[in-house]
Amino acid sequence: MPLRAENVEVGDELPARTVTVTRQGLVRYAGASEDFNPVHWNPRVAREAGLPDVIAHGMLTMAIAARTVTDWAGDPAAVVEYRTRFSRPVVVPDDPAGASVEVGGRVVARLDDGLVRLDLVVTSGGTKVLSDARVTVRLAS
Amino acid sequence: MALNPSCVGKSYPLSRPYPVEPETIRRFAEAVGDPAAVYTDQQAAQALGHPSVPAPPTFPFVVVARALDEVFSYDEIGFDPTYLVHGDQCFEYARSVRVGDRLVTAVSITGAKNLRGKDVLTLRADVADTSGEHVVTLRLTFVSLTAVKGGVGDAASR
Repeated sequence: MPLRAENVEVGDELPARTVTVTRQGLVRYAGASEDFNPVHWNPRVAREAGLPDVIAHGMLTMAIAARTVTDWAGDPAAVVEYRTRFSRPVVVPDDPAGASVEVGGRVVARLDDGLVRLDLVVTSGGTKVLSDARVTVRLAS
Repeated sequence: MALNPSCVGKSYPLSRPYPVEPETIRRFAEAVGDPAAVYTDQQAAQALGHPSVPAPPTFPFVVVARALDEVFSYDEIGFDPTYLVHGDQCFEYARSVRVGDRLVTAVSITGAKNLRGKDVLTLRADVADTSGEHVVTLRLTFVSLTAVKGGVGDAASR
């Protein structure tokens, strides 16, 4: 059942999640999104661009973070606005462990009409990779 | 390559329709690691009030990226996409993208400037169904990374 606005309080924490991103996962996302930018799969090109290694698609990180919200709200259509800055790249080493992306979130405001504002905290290896990651959801009220 | 600031304000012709099919959404949801039934199961979607299976919230970027490939010329703007990374991204939804949509995208350039030595391009993309119904607006920033010396994007090495 989708979450209802009356069951939400400012300060509520969304269930934290940790997601592993591997090179294989990047290839899969490249195929599904048709984003074949080589900085996401070719270490030589990534280094030419001044990056330490291959990096995850920012849009993959943003999608991983979105699931924290849609799982919590119970309906993807609850999301009415979603924004972020990609402050640091998620560097994905060529090993089975890959990179770890940690997602947390918190309710920061309840507005009229079932609208709820959330702030997300998204890190990889302790570094914030998304900044000003904000979501507005509309919940049944 | 140097940015051409006179491109700011330019609007591009509408993209060709992007048909949203069940497999497109299933494949995308799988790639972002989201097993929610609503992205694959018509009954689960209807139980939440969706007329057909909806896409995950960031899927519209795929539609817009396809439109950019079609309508856009980085050369004309003077923006080098060799080492392109995403700077920021905003989605404002009128509704979810869903199976059966045929989406057309109107792209415009809202900014082009050099910040701390890097070219930064800001775009707006309005996505609508072919019926004219507005679906989602994207605002996004692309950053052109400068190649390290000797890389293929290093002008001095060409």
